[in-house]
Amino acid sequence: MTDKNHRLGEVIEASTTEFTSQSYDLYGAPPLGTLVRCGGGSETGVVYGIVFEVATRSLDSTRRPIARGRDEDSEAAIYEENPQLNRLLSTEFRAQTVGHRDDETLRRWLAPLPPRIHSFVHPCHGDELREFAGSLEFVPILLSAPTAATDDVLASFLRRASESYPDPESFLIQAGRQLTPLLGDQLQRLNNILRRLSP
Amino acid sequence: MTQNGSMQPESLVGQTSSQNLGMVVSGSLTEGMEVRLDSSTSIENIKVGTFVSIQGQRMRFFGVVTEVALKAMDQTMVTSPPDVSNPFIAKVISGTAAYGTITVEPMLTIGGGDNIAGIDGPQPAKTVPPHFSAVGTATDDDIRIVFGEEDENHFYIGNPLDMETRLCLNIEELVKRSNGVFGKSGTGKTFLTRLLLLGILQNGTASNLVFDMHGEYGWKGTSESDNREVKGLKQLFPSKVAVFSLDEESSRRRGLSPDYIVRIGYEEIEPEDVQMLRDTLNLSEVAADAAHALQRKFGRRKWLKSFLDLPTGSDVGELAQELNVNERALSTLHSRLARLDRYHFMDKDSGHDSVNQILNYIERGMHVVLEFGRYGSDLTAYILVANLLTRRIYDRYQRLTEQAMGDQTERPRPLVITVEEAHKFLSPAIADQTIFGTIAREMRKYNVTLLVVDQRPSGIDDEVMSQIGTKFTCLLDNERDIDAVLTGVSGSRKLRSVLARLESKQQALVFGHSVPMPVVISTRDYGSADSYREFGFRDEAELKAQVEQDIADLFGPDGG
Repeated sequence: MTDKNHRLGEVIEASTTEFTSQSYDLYGAPPLGTLVRCGGGSETGVVYGIVFEVATRSLDSTRRPIARGRDEDSEAAIYEENPQLNRLLSTEFRAQTVGHRDDETLRRWLAPLPPRIHSFVHPCHGDELREFAGSLEFVPILLSAPTAATDDVLASFLRRASESYPDPESFLIQAGRQLTPLLGDQLQRLNNILRRLSP
Repeated sequence: MTQNGSMQPESLVGQTSSQNLGMVVSGSLTEGMEVRLDSSTSIENIKVGTFVSIQGQRMRFFGVVTEVALKAMDQTMVTSPPDVSNPFIAKVISGTAAYGTITVEPMLTIGGGDNIAGIDGPQPAKTVPPHFSAVGTATDDDIRIVFGEEDENHFYIGNPLDMETRLCLNIEELVKRSNGVFGKSGTGKTFLTRLLLLGILQNGTASNLVFDMHGEYGWKGTSESDNREVKGLKQLFPSKVAVFSLDEESSRRRGLSPDYIVRIGYEEIEPEDVQMLRDTLNLSEVAADAAHALQRKFGRRKWLKSFLDLPTGSDVGELAQELNVNERALSTLHSRLARLDRYHFMDKDSGHDSVNQILNYIERGMHVVLEFGRYGSDLTAYILVANLLTRRIYDRYQRLTEQAMGDQTERPRPLVITVEEAHKFLSPAIADQTIFGTIAREMRKYNVTLLVVDQRPSGIDDEVMSQIGTKFTCLLDNERDIDAVLTGVSGSRKLRSVLARLESKQQALVFGHSVPMPVVISTRDYGSADSYREFGFRDEAELKAQVEQDIADLFGPDGG
């Protein structure tokens, strides 16, 4: 789990409900809806988040990138000709906090303290993802988050999680059934999410 | 998906015999429990009348499904339905936002307090299971706990709806009271009755006397569905059943030599019999009452013969004046009673001993089927004979029972009298006058009970209906008939929906004294070689083999 190769980046901004991480590589952010884990050192517990926003911008907010490719053959060539771009631009991703580990017990609600700055951020796969998706207790946090496009984030998360199950479709059906009572009074929204989940 | 993170979509549908259906969400003892179906339960698989069990905290409840309904979580779903053309959405929505409910009428409980299941047996439900109790289909064990296991006392009568378990009837309890088999024509009344008769016969606690109107029980009957012949009681148990016949010719034509030919003397007919015949002979009350006056005038046992010997016309007129009855009424009575002459079983000259014969057989533990032959379609003959014989048998039983009470001797053997077209004997107008009404009301006091078979239960007197112990009801669709059958039954409003939706063949709702709770059964198979064998019937080849085996066992392989 501490494998350096799997590290995505580090937390650069954290609050109780969300944390922002900077990706080590330009464009190296995990896709929308990815479950990520950070912390886990002796001082802080593990905090889980679901990626809800990915952004790439100039490191120095006073200096905007300029168009450089008029004479280049391809977009990739721009980066080859301007290797400094990889240092001047950075990719950041924001994750909604959805759970934490408390004495080895997985809790699918907000952590008592946000992760520290420079906590390493890892993506969750396989068993870890399946364990977390075993219950959808955290969904209300996501559904009521003030950020935009929570429906898409939730749908992406569920689709990714379903792939860690032997029978993805039945996972999605069960998940949909659990969502139904939560969105009983917002049928249109439910319909939208379900449409994103349908194979 | 559960707290511990396991997510197995089909885990609810176990391979155990009880299938989880849903959970209790609301309800009351009087209105029944509302059960929300699990999304994995298809509402189409649940039928009204299905037997279900509910696991409470301390007790286990048994009940019947009385209503099946569809509900939606939100009313907007009704006005703007979700996109069900997408199969995924349809699968998710059904059972969650749009779901099914069933209403379960709690009937019995097992357990609770010191009452351990199986010792005290099931008790009537006096409370309801708590919220969110799990509801499942009843298992084979449940059926056995509630209805008893097949043994000497418990006769296998059929299977509960959609189950393979054998549902048994406590015959000893059954014969303690009068019972009724009801249902529209062609719904399987006769088959069910035949099964009950066989159950009583095999159990041996009581004897049967069957007034077999259409020759269905004695030697052989017919199956209406495929027109095949089925064996009657006599064929299955020749040593235990005696067939009496009113019409020897007809019996012989059907390949049976009756044990006794019933003849009835004119002198055996009493004014009460004439009362019974009022309807079929189309007699006014005055005319029927005149019979009593005639009896006073000519004396008991002689009145009918003397009256019929009078030539019509002037003599009847004189007699009318003498008796102070309406002349026209008397002459009507005269001409109508003269019809009795057409019956070959009527004997002008002497009395007969049919009643004693029947009683002799019954005292020997045998069962008597009285075939009416060609008179079966003649209601007058049926009513006359059935009433006349029953009255005498009942008198005898009454005497024997009272004697037994006096000197502590053995009470007479319980007798079950089977009578078809019962509403003719038990209609409100005559039920309080006829012997059948008396038997139905007095129940087992004198060890005689009735098994009434009828297609118009609404024609039977309320008081009699309320005294019927166990009712076996095949499909009925007339509102008044359904009302009549369900009068005085708790939860009748809910049983109605069950009753009106029975299949038209081989299904019956059983409720009353000898079953702990109402239950829908599909009646046991009757008519196939296998079914006969189950009753203990052996055909000739088997019997021969058995005899040879017995000889070999007794005398060694050389046969002595």
